[in-house]
Amino acid sequence: MSLQIKNIHIVDPSQNKDSKGDIFIENGIIVSKPNNQPKKIIDGQGKIAVPGLIDIHCHLREPGLESKETIKTGTYSAAKGGITTVFCMPNTKPVIDNAPTVEFILLKAQKEGIVNVFPIGCATKGSLGEELSEIGVLKKAGIIAISDDGNPISNSQIMRRALEYTKMFNIPVISHCEDKELSKNGAMNEGLNSTILGLRGIPSQSEEAMVSRDIMLAELTGGHLHIAHISTAGSVDMVRRAKKKGLNVTAETCPHYFSLTDNDVKIYDTNTKMNPPLRSRKDVDAVKKGLADGSIDCIATDHAPHTQEEKAREFDMAPFGIIGFETMISLVLNELVDAKVLTLSQAIEKMTTNPAKIFNLKNRGTLKAGGIADITIIDPNHSYEFKKEDISSKSKNSPFIGRTFKGSAAITIVGGKVVYQR
Amino acid sequence: MATVILESAPFAEAIVKVSKEIFDDNKNCLKELAVIGMHTRGVFLAKRIIAQLHKLGGKELQIPFGSLDITLYRDDIDDLGSDMPTIKETEIPFDINKKNIILVDDVLYTGRTIRAALDVLTSFGRPSFIKLAVLVDRGCRELPIEANYIGLKYPSKKKIKVCCKELDNIDQIVVI
Amino acid sequence: MSLNHKDLLGLQFLDKKELQIILDSVQPFKTLFTRSVKKAPTLLGKTVVTLFYEPSTRTRTSFEIAAKRLSADIVNITVQASSVVKGESLIDTGKTLEAMNADYIIIRHSMAGAPDILARNLDASVINAGDGFHEHPTQGLLDLYTMYEKKKSFEGLKVLLVGDILHSRVAKSNIWALNKMGAKVAVAGPPTLIPPRIEELGVKVFYNLDEAIKEADVINILRIQLERQKENLFPSVHEYVELYQLTKDRLAKAKKEVLIMHPGPMNRGIEISSAVADSPNAVINEQVTNGIAVRMAVLYLLKPKVKKNVSSN
Repeated sequence: MSLQIKNIHIVDPSQNKDSKGDIFIENGIIVSKPNNQPKKIIDGQGKIAVPGLIDIHCHLREPGLESKETIKTGTYSAAKGGITTVFCMPNTKPVIDNAPTVEFILLKAQKEGIVNVFPIGCATKGSLGEELSEIGVLKKAGIIAISDDGNPISNSQIMRRALEYTKMFNIPVISHCEDKELSKNGAMNEGLNSTILGLRGIPSQSEEAMVSRDIMLAELTGGHLHIAHISTAGSVDMVRRAKKKGLNVTAETCPHYFSLTDNDVKIYDTNTKMNPPLRSRKDVDAVKKGLADGSIDCIATDHAPHTQEEKAREFDMAPFGIIGFETMISLVLNELVDAKVLTLSQAIEKMTTNPAKIFNLKNRGTLKAGGIADITIIDPNHSYEFKKEDISSKSKNSPFIGRTFKGSAAITIVGGKVVYQR
Repeated sequence: MATVILESAPFAEAIVKVSKEIFDDNKNCLKELAVIGMHTRGVFLAKRIIAQLHKLGGKELQIPFGSLDITLYRDDIDDLGSDMPTIKETEIPFDINKKNIILVDDVLYTGRTIRAALDVLTSFGRPSFIKLAVLVDRGCRELPIEANYIGLKYPSKKKIKVCCKELDNIDQIVVI
Repeated sequence: MSLNHKDLLGLQFLDKKELQIILDSVQPFKTLFTRSVKKAPTLLGKTVVTLFYEPSTRTRTSFEIAAKRLSADIVNITVQASSVVKGESLIDTGKTLEAMNADYIIIRHSMAGAPDILARNLDASVINAGDGFHEHPTQGLLDLYTMYEKKKSFEGLKVLLVGDILHSRVAKSNIWALNKMGAKVAVAGPPTLIPPRIEELGVKVFYNLDEAIKEADVINILRIQLERQKENLFPSVHEYVELYQLTKDRLAKAKKEVLIMHPGPMNRGIEISSAVADSPNAVINEQVTNGIAVRMAVLYLLKPKVKKNVSSN
């Protein structure tokens, strides 16, 4: 199987490339010159080729929560969004705190998955925050990082141990930063809007208190702390200072934290309910600034599917989370690149080169010769309305339904194979 | 196009005529007589009728006056769309039990308004009788209701509007 | 005259003109109460359902009397709090009621936004009878009307809300409506019970009741939920009484003709002393009477709309 993408605008941050050219693929690997005449040629006129996007934070819900999403539907949805690799969080049923579950996911992904799947293992047994999970065994089974995602480790001693212990495996501890007491019963950002809507608030400080603690523990242990879905100005600032200090701290944010505010909760739209919650305009601006100055390394979706039944409830009772695979690239293009927050290359870097570097993914996140041929072809001129009926994820909980975008993924190539073509 | 069918002078004469009829008809029970006007213009007409009755009956005659709004008793509330009528005061400052009530309205047409008014009145008590006085009867009844005292009979498919000095700066009746 | 709304979800969504329309419509309903037959056939054949997910005898009874005096058929449904989590979804409950031809659904719910869900999904008129810490619009309207009746004008009227503002839907509805009518609203309570950034709604914040009381023309005292103490929002009932109970001594510092209001049910001896509750300044019982008339006016003005034009003379 050989493939040539002809005459395409190549943007590859890993080699500082931003120019027209051709890409050759043989046996799933990118080559500089083909040995044989390519069997298939893709005309790249007017399109942009970038390394396949890596989404380091999502929920595929399988095993156990298949009514929300499966590995099959989730990875197809990702492919549609131009994503070639996903890291799935361990809050499945059962949780990913044991090797058989890791193996199940990898097997299922191999059989039914459309894109590459790397599981994230639990940091603690049962994700209960009490005892470290068998991180070494999990690593051997194939996990890429550890995290208790939605159940943040409240015990500082255990968090310290997690950061310390993982040093020998060279994998990061992903921390969902939230002081559960400060955010107790909260449903949205604490502020004027929560007062008006009569909903219990989640103050920024519930995130920031934990970001602060975890950075201190990273400093204490020298472990690799990766902070998930940063949403507040204070968090961005603390990460910025930690990096300046040279600590082993990295961070991600999600498209909704740079494109929506708590004003969007207005009519109790449960598709605007996620954790951390949508924050204020000031926070959105700070997140953008953090992306621009490199304080925030990655953009991830936190794709969190929930069924329509679960979301069509009272705001307080609806689960936290929104889907994100199919809107990430468009939101990045429109809200960051078109708005001149980031150059296209910088934006792509946060979804390719940086994730590959932070999570030690070899030969991914690059279009260099010898790299695995995961490639996303973007059509920058495709204008479209994001419609509910067009969503491929099993769940439809997106606050972006009805929004018009310019620019989307046109072709998604995983391991040299076209897995999605619009 | 509005056509005037009754000018100011005959308007006044019509009220005098109706008042005279009421007076003559109820000579034997003037003490129990009360006049109740229906919002909006029936209220002004009722006041004028009372003034006439006082003229006819002399000093000792004091006829109680009340006003009545039928909004809450209408049978067509579902058909009014979003523009709900303003509810006006119903003020009947006397006991209507065993009273002889003269109900006054400007135009008698389908009879539905009068039907509603009768419901309002009975919610206040049980008068000896209720008689109806109107300035114009335009016919086209939808209910078996007739007036006892009529200023002007003018059968008409077109809408008839009564203007009163108190509200419209002129006394006249027009066909629209 | 029209209120261009199918539903009454909150006073935030009514403008000054609409609030005035409601205020102007109340009196005729009130006079109805003085007749021997206190009933009008306005809503004859209509079905009103009260759907209460929180117990409230007071509000439910007030709505029930209002609907009955307008000749509607009324059905009361009380749902146990536990079945909110396990039972049928709110939308399904609403659809079921609509299939039974409910014309009005009056909903009380412990969660903010629940009435919005019904309003968005149903053709019936939805009236919010209190949702979480969001709004309680008919209570706001009856407070407004009682002030209007006694004080005649809102211009410059100083209204003080006392107590647990954070969890009070009544406070929220009062603030929206009074601000629009030109009154000046202040709140007084411990900082833990003042909602974040409430000042931005045009409200003056006091922590010291004695200071706040001096300039008030109206004092609306809110009920304190004793379980808030367990959330550590105040240290003890004893201390709350000490700092925030409206007593005769405190009342002496207020204007002589100050109105004392309370949405009920009162915790006598906690947020209000009996002497104050029974003082001539208190209009608490009038609030209850006005509540029925106000709710009748709302039912009248929010009629589920049928578009047809029939003239009558």
